[in-house]
Amino acid sequence: MRLKPEAAERHTLSVIVDNEAGILARIAGMFSARGYNIESLTVADVTRDEAISRITIVTSGPPHVIEQIIAQLDRLVPVHKVTDLTEYGPHVEREMALVKVAGAGDDRIEALRLADVYRARVVDATTSSFVFELTGGTEKIDKFIELMGELGLVEVARTGVVAIARGREAA
Amino acid sequence: MTRERPGAEILIEALSDLGVEVVFGYPGGAVLPIYDVLFQQNRIRHILVRQEGGAVHAAEGYARSTGKPGVVLVTSGPGATNAVTGITDALMDSIPIVVITGQVPTHLIGTDAFQECDTIGITRHCTKHNYLVKDPARLGDTVHEAFYLATSGRPGPVVIDLPKDVQVATARYTKPKQITHQAYRPAVDADPKLIEAAVEMLAAAERPVFYTGGGIINAGPGASAALRELIKLTDVPTTSTLMGLGAVPATTAQWLGMLGMHGTYEANMTMNRADLIVAIGSRFDDRVTGRLDAFSPRSKKIHIDIDRSSINKNVRVDLPIVADAGHALEAMVALWKQRKPRSHGLKPWWDEIEKWRAKRSLDFPDGNGEIMPQQAIQALWKATKDRSPIISTEVGQHQMWAAQHFGFEEPNKWLTSGGLGTMGYGLPAAIGAQIGNPDSLVIDIAGEASILMNIQEMSTAVQYRLPVKVFILNNQYMGMVRQWQELTYGSRYAESYTEALPDFVKLAEAYGWKGIRIEKPRELDSGIEAMLTHDGPVMVDCRVAKLANCLPMIPSGAAHTEMILQANEVSGEMDDEAKALV
Repeated sequence: MRLKPEAAERHTLSVIVDNEAGILARIAGMFSARGYNIESLTVADVTRDEAISRITIVTSGPPHVIEQIIAQLDRLVPVHKVTDLTEYGPHVEREMALVKVAGAGDDRIEALRLADVYRARVVDATTSSFVFELTGGTEKIDKFIELMGELGLVEVARTGVVAIARGREAA
Repeated sequence: MTRERPGAEILIEALSDLGVEVVFGYPGGAVLPIYDVLFQQNRIRHILVRQEGGAVHAAEGYARSTGKPGVVLVTSGPGATNAVTGITDALMDSIPIVVITGQVPTHLIGTDAFQECDTIGITRHCTKHNYLVKDPARLGDTVHEAFYLATSGRPGPVVIDLPKDVQVATARYTKPKQITHQAYRPAVDADPKLIEAAVEMLAAAERPVFYTGGGIINAGPGASAALRELIKLTDVPTTSTLMGLGAVPATTAQWLGMLGMHGTYEANMTMNRADLIVAIGSRFDDRVTGRLDAFSPRSKKIHIDIDRSSINKNVRVDLPIVADAGHALEAMVALWKQRKPRSHGLKPWWDEIEKWRAKRSLDFPDGNGEIMPQQAIQALWKATKDRSPIISTEVGQHQMWAAQHFGFEEPNKWLTSGGLGTMGYGLPAAIGAQIGNPDSLVIDIAGEASILMNIQEMSTAVQYRLPVKVFILNNQYMGMVRQWQELTYGSRYAESYTEALPDFVKLAEAYGWKGIRIEKPRELDSGIEAMLTHDGPVMVDCRVAKLANCLPMIPSGAAHTEMILQANEVSGEMDDEAKALV
């Protein structure tokens, strides 16, 4: 017997939650308990009194699974609101990466030139290395890291996706 | 201003304010301050179980049979981990319970202290919600909120983990006026437009069926009453899940019996051939649907459930209604009465159903001198039905036979572990039910394997003089495992036979119970009579045909139309696809 995989869609969810101890474990644990995917997850307080956090989750699955994920998130007691930004429509997705590249000679010059093309900033430099700071969509960052792979890539730190709806209204 | 008092006192005061009369528990180091407060008051009664797992099932039995939340008090570490099975059981079956666990003092949390465990981490995904209380000033509100969460919306278990220093530290407590929660707001009333659409679909349907579940029981007796009225008004055939038995009296003309894996032929065929399924407080569980791609292929589906995540989880529906089952049913009844909408009757549909009924799918072969387990259940039912008994069960063949052959007339009389399928549930659940219903006849229909999983609770029944009855269908096998092995694995009975069973009569006597053995069909009625007339706990060891199978049955991975009706069809092997299904 072979197991059959199902076709998956990528969705970006915004989840507004009470900022309480264990909330991240509650959310992440629900995903693992029910066998859902997390491609990235970011969380931070978004209110002045630190009462509310906003979690951005990038997940993937067939449409009926995405619908279940939203319903299961919504059912957790500390969750105020779940928005599927992918369903909602126009929205901005960004993540930041710190990319360390070491090298000399032409590779070093080419890395700096490509960083300029990708609007990455140099936030640390030695005579034989750079750390680039880069913001953008996931694809742009993936591409930049791929290019640096040929030019002395040492390590990468990424934030994961944060996202917000376009226009004047909150999603 | 109220005076400052220790957390342990605040806890008991808050429980008392919430109307709690009984706590099921077991003491230990991390809850000694609470037990000391319990000792010095008389508003709350404590029932000492013999293992923490028993406390949770007892609280479940209490909750199911009374409609009130069950309360559990256990110590840290092993006290909490022993409670986990019961907590998960309550989550799966949506039973309102609040479990208070002791915890090591806050400054020792995370140090691997004696009897420390990460109770919050362990119970996070088997509770509706859980709390670690670190400040006695927050304790009172937390207890009130915990009860609100446990009992509202889709009910479930809530854990409050209470470090020992928080039980001793002092704070003020005042009873909160009204509990609201910013993020948690369960839907209650159905959208009138959706109710209108549902009534229109119901009126137009030629082959409708009501498929009801435990949500009706949880919604209270009013929901069962509304369902009965709707059935009477519409003449719609009605089936129910294991959890929903009793909402509709088994003597109702439109009652088809239970559906699903061990449901009746008529219930499953009606589901399969229906043009409209109205699911109310049920969740299209895999035991109900059988093979999903063959499940009721030609029907429109309306799903009324208080939990949005139950809708479209396993089966796509056409009209989802997120609401309390009772409210939705009352609204449908009111609208149906106002419109009197149907122009046609359901006679052709009923004619078809009667043909399926005529198969008499619950009939069973004669035992040839042995007691057939189904016969024992029927005899028990006949002897007790006029006393409106509360029946609990363990898990396995006896549970399904009880569901098939015991006729339930009222809600809150049937206590069984449906979702989790926890062996060892029935005896402690019966104890909890007897505590909550001291004048009722409470019987645990058991198997000889399951009963041994929480046998220690016999001692609890003696301590509190509870006249519970345990009726064991003893076939010396883990019967359901054996049946699946016969069906799927060429009758290779791996570890499903119990070589060394105790003498249940002597065991009963050792605990201070009465023990009765029934071995021959002619002893059945007199044995049951002796059980019922004894004013105290009784254990009956009823020896039944060892290899009887629980039928009818939809094998795993099969469709509703592929039921096995006859006993001689069972033996065989199955392919890997079927073996991989639970």
